[in-house]
Amino acid sequence: MTDLLLDIRGVSKRFGGLQALSDVTLAVPRGHIVGLIGPNGAGKTTLFNVITGLYVPDDGQFLLDGKPYSPTAVHLVAAAGIARTFQNIRLFGSMTALENVMVGRHVRTSAGILGAVLRTPAQRTEERAIRDQALAILEFVGIAGMANHTARTLSYGDQRRLEIARALATEPRLLALDEPAAGMNATEKQSLRGLLERILQRGTTILLIEHDVKLVMGLCDRVTVLDQGRCIAEGLPADVRLDPAVIEAYLGTTPEGSAHA
Amino acid sequence: MPEGATPGHWRRALGIGLIAIALVALPFVAGLAGNSWVRILDFALLYIMLALGLNIVVGYAGLLDLGYIAFYAVGAYLYALLSSPHLIEQFEWIAQALPNGMHAGIWLILPLGAGLAAAFGILLGAPTLKLRGDYLAIVTLGFGEIIRIFLNNLNAPANLTNGPQGISNIDSVSLFGLNLGKKIVLGSPETGSLEISSVTMYYFLFLALTLLLLVVSVRLQDSRIGRAWVAIREDEIAARAMGINTRNVKLLAFALGASFGGISGALFAAFQGFVSPESFTLNESIVIVAMVVLGGMGHIPGVILGAVLLYAIPETLRHVARPVQESLFGAELIPAEALRMLLFGLSMMLIMLVRPAGLWPAAQRQGS
Repeated sequence: MTDLLLDIRGVSKRFGGLQALSDVTLAVPRGHIVGLIGPNGAGKTTLFNVITGLYVPDDGQFLLDGKPYSPTAVHLVAAAGIARTFQNIRLFGSMTALENVMVGRHVRTSAGILGAVLRTPAQRTEERAIRDQALAILEFVGIAGMANHTARTLSYGDQRRLEIARALATEPRLLALDEPAAGMNATEKQSLRGLLERILQRGTTILLIEHDVKLVMGLCDRVTVLDQGRCIAEGLPADVRLDPAVIEAYLGTTPEGSAHA
Repeated sequence: MPEGATPGHWRRALGIGLIAIALVALPFVAGLAGNSWVRILDFALLYIMLALGLNIVVGYAGLLDLGYIAFYAVGAYLYALLSSPHLIEQFEWIAQALPNGMHAGIWLILPLGAGLAAAFGILLGAPTLKLRGDYLAIVTLGFGEIIRIFLNNLNAPANLTNGPQGISNIDSVSLFGLNLGKKIVLGSPETGSLEISSVTMYYFLFLALTLLLLVVSVRLQDSRIGRAWVAIREDEIAARAMGINTRNVKLLAFALGASFGGISGALFAAFQGFVSPESFTLNESIVIVAMVVLGGMGHIPGVILGAVLLYAIPETLRHVARPVQESLFGAELIPAEALRMLLFGLSMMLIMLVRPAGLWPAAQRQGS
């Protein structure tokens, strides 16, 4: 655990009387894929929202690429290099798939009002680059054929892919995926897995929330388990699945021989 | 644009040419029936500018603004104050500073009006950044009313706006030495002369500015900022997660939309020669919102269609309701004004029931 891309410690978040996260630690090594699992209500999405600046944490230290970052504004976190998808897909429904990805380029481009109104050469060059890059990313996630379709009309699996494409367009160092396989059938999951592996090969680090234990165990290099807002286990997938605390969190008791999930 | 390189191109050029000829011929044709019809065209253009401006706020960024007419008022009063004797009559020191009278020209006032309205737009936008939908509508409605009530009451302690009486004797537009307020006669009586009325000249000025604002609208729509606006409209949280600084981008929408209102307001004041607070009521704001929504939010051709229909239909009815009824029934059964409101309301209901996305919404690009 030497080269950490994301290193957060002691994160706490309280909603009124509910301690959603207490003293959570999460380490994501560069170039790897880390799984974040836990039963429903464990605080996985809350942690995601804290990391990406959507919720302001009560406490915690945040290091991205060795440098402290303060997750206080969502757009600054995106600019710093963390992109995310959402558990319940949040696309720009009436825009085309291509336009959705083009919006993802916003944070890495700079043309303003004057450039747009005057159509300056710089703006036109940038606009062309945005379009080409967006198309290339759609190609990469495998839905280039849907580029001109309205996002709302895409199939469920394609919408998930489009969300990943849009996140990739921001050139993230860390791609945070909130249950990307939710609602997918076995074939779709298989091809999603292929996509995530190709994203890793591009050098993008992935943080993955997922309910599908098989997918997490098969894909992730390390796994962190949350339960009731606390980290109860961290380690290699094979070790974590045998951890008594994890089994208890998922099943309620620790009967012998129940670890064959 | 790979598809249809030659035939599509020609058809497009032909279409633009025909539209251009029609737009140029329009005031002369309408002028045959009387200058009041050209006046209706002029106002239709003003409303198109307003609708295009509000379309940026409501159509693109999805921020429901029910006080948009306030920016029109800002532009109109700016022109009125800087191009009428009012301030000179009220303030001794201004009269001394400007012995030749207060005559700021259109070239100065248009950018100034756009800028001032944009500043007011930011003034409205800044406190309402976290509001959406109906909450935002209520605040903007209040803002529109505040501006109107200020204009209505700023005749004391210092008489700045002349209160409910309004400001009159406003200079008409003067372009390159040509006073648009007076008709011009081309040719001599012997050879046959062509008379160009004041309303016709204003028509061409308004048309030029409408086209300018149209180009600005179209270019913004297909730009990085335009996409950010639509992204905010579609899903604000996702837009922020994409790194869009929603605060700045929303303020830009408010400011730009407002500047369109300021420009058309200044033109309105010059054209009318008179402004008073009663031109800037909530009802006007609602009509402009209706133009954008009924036409097709965020879709420029739809918005223009909405503005033309919602302005022209009531105006036409005003002129023809009585003669038509008299020829049909021998008497005017329903007063023109009542009929106007009745049909106006009815058509709005019908459009919303039959075409909920507006008369001419953006095409849903689907299917291969």
